[in-house]
Amino acid sequence: MKLKRFLALFHARNQEFIRDKSAFGWNVIFPVIIVFGFYFAFSSGPIDLYKVGSYPSAAISDKQFGDFFKMKHVKIISVTDLEDAIAKIERHQLDMLFDHTKKQYWINPESPAAYILEKLYLGSLVGVQDTQNSYSKHLQSGNEIRYVDWLVPGVMAMNMMFSALFGVGFVIVRYRKNGVLKRLKATPLTALEFLSAQVCSRLLLILAITILIYAGINYFIHFRMNGSYFDLIFVFTLGAFSLISMGLIVSARIANEEFASGLLNLLSWPMMFLSGVWFSLEGVHPYLQKMAMIFPLTHLISGARAIMIDGASLADISTHLITLTIMAILFLFIGAISFRWD
Amino acid sequence: MSNLIEVKNLVKHFNSINAVNGISFSIKKGSCFGLLGPNGAGKTTTIEIMEGIKTPTSGNIYYKEKALGDQFRDEAGIMFQNTALQEFITVRETLELFASFYSKTTPITNLVESCSLEDFLNRDTRFLSGGQRQRVLLAIALINDPDIIFLDEPTTGLDPQSRRNFWKLIKDIKAQDKTILLTTHYMDEAFELCDEIAIMDQGKIIAFGPPSNLLNQHYNDVVLELPFNQETRNICNMLDNCIKKEEYLFIASDDVTSTVKILMDANISLNGLNIRPRTLDDLFLKLTGNKLRS
Repeated sequence: MKLKRFLALFHARNQEFIRDKSAFGWNVIFPVIIVFGFYFAFSSGPIDLYKVGSYPSAAISDKQFGDFFKMKHVKIISVTDLEDAIAKIERHQLDMLFDHTKKQYWINPESPAAYILEKLYLGSLVGVQDTQNSYSKHLQSGNEIRYVDWLVPGVMAMNMMFSALFGVGFVIVRYRKNGVLKRLKATPLTALEFLSAQVCSRLLLILAITILIYAGINYFIHFRMNGSYFDLIFVFTLGAFSLISMGLIVSARIANEEFASGLLNLLSWPMMFLSGVWFSLEGVHPYLQKMAMIFPLTHLISGARAIMIDGASLADISTHLITLTIMAILFLFIGAISFRWD
Repeated sequence: MSNLIEVKNLVKHFNSINAVNGISFSIKKGSCFGLLGPNGAGKTTTIEIMEGIKTPTSGNIYYKEKALGDQFRDEAGIMFQNTALQEFITVRETLELFASFYSKTTPITNLVESCSLEDFLNRDTRFLSGGQRQRVLLAIALINDPDIIFLDEPTTGLDPQSRRNFWKLIKDIKAQDKTILLTTHYMDEAFELCDEIAIMDQGKIIAFGPPSNLLNQHYNDVVLELPFNQETRNICNMLDNCIKKEEYLFIASDDVTSTVKILMDANISLNGLNIRPRTLDDLFLKLTGNKLRS
């Protein structure tokens, strides 16, 4: 492999992408529209619903709580994992949490909803027979996680997915169809030099655009980032690499743009809906949850969310990183060995 | 003159179609070799095998007495029949890109001058006319200062003026002692440019040699062309070797004086008479029974 050839092709591909204003603009504008759209749509939140966790749910009795759990606009959520539920109090995903086994409850002192709920709870105890048996109070501080905080990693990852799959897969198919690859084949350029230039060019552009989008959106919305930026870029790099490699498989032999487009859509749409871009997969069927794990986008989003929202380290998300690495190597290998110039 | 490239018993099958059917020939160093034939004759398949783009079903190709390999790819210049260029980059950037692929390069300024690229050197490749595109593709084929240049129907689709301009470029390349392999279905182009030609039909070479030698081997006559009208309509009853095609009569004659005398004795007007030598079109028609551009 000659570096001169690689760099020349890498540079040419970058220029082609940057000068293609429609494609470049779409890559930047699309995620911005999505994030701002959802930000404004969900910024006010559900105004008439309080979420109360109950652990375990079967232990609620009128003697202890009066009408508190029967109040209109109070939604009772059964809790199976107490620690996870406490974390949700911290993130304002739950407004109040009751542990009936140890007779204690949690609220977040920074949550207005929790303040109101606690007043309602204490008020509901007046005149109840079993007031001796009251619950001890715990505070769990933490800032609210808005939907947009949760959404941003997913939207950025989704944008990376489209850019990777279509920017590499579709472009190589177009090159093959119109004879660019045939012309390159007639030069001393090797397939390895060509493919690595395509992958690196797209990787660089995806990361640059993602960082640009991140900084731009964050300037206006100030979303949550509890982890390390280095870790986040590492996850984005690995995720983008695996998605680009996936695009290479699609483009390895196909010379028909319509077929390639169909195949890329067949890959991208299930990923977009099953990898947790828009909503958490916790509530979906376990079969679908397992199926989602075969997508690199799922691991990319989970890893990025863990870093941005939970402040996770690379060690904490090692499972996702290892999976992404294996997928990237596997996809790249399959794409490279099955690649044809014409 | 030594052979630069040799083709031996080349065969290429596509499923049940025999595109190339056991052909052999060699190309001398510094010559312009024309591979002629109608569409579907197998000439593009042959040239693409020679370029290393397609693999033959059987047979061998030797470049400088070695099988095609890295040396060939580094020393060959290729201009395909249809090639798209990478979009959103300029002509200059395209040349720089291709220059990076080779160990030896022609200075871009030289190519700009020889291929007349000055006016659109900084233009996006998407906005080139047909003639400009062909010149850029030729410049790309010359970027590595090649020892052999493959030109696959380089003037197809060009207007007559552009074709003539392109011929001049090819003659300039020839003057630099480069070896050229040209495929075309324009017989006048082959006659003008080529030192040797091979005429292909149905995957086989049916004639081979210098164009003038081939014509001399097959013909010792000329063709008299007369417009077909009320006055000339019975000529073919009077003369052998007379055929009517479209609105003209074509009379082959090895004794023009006698033929003209016969026409004058019959009081036939010679207005519009054209006497021309035999062409490669005639030769192809004779050899195959087909028109070249059918």
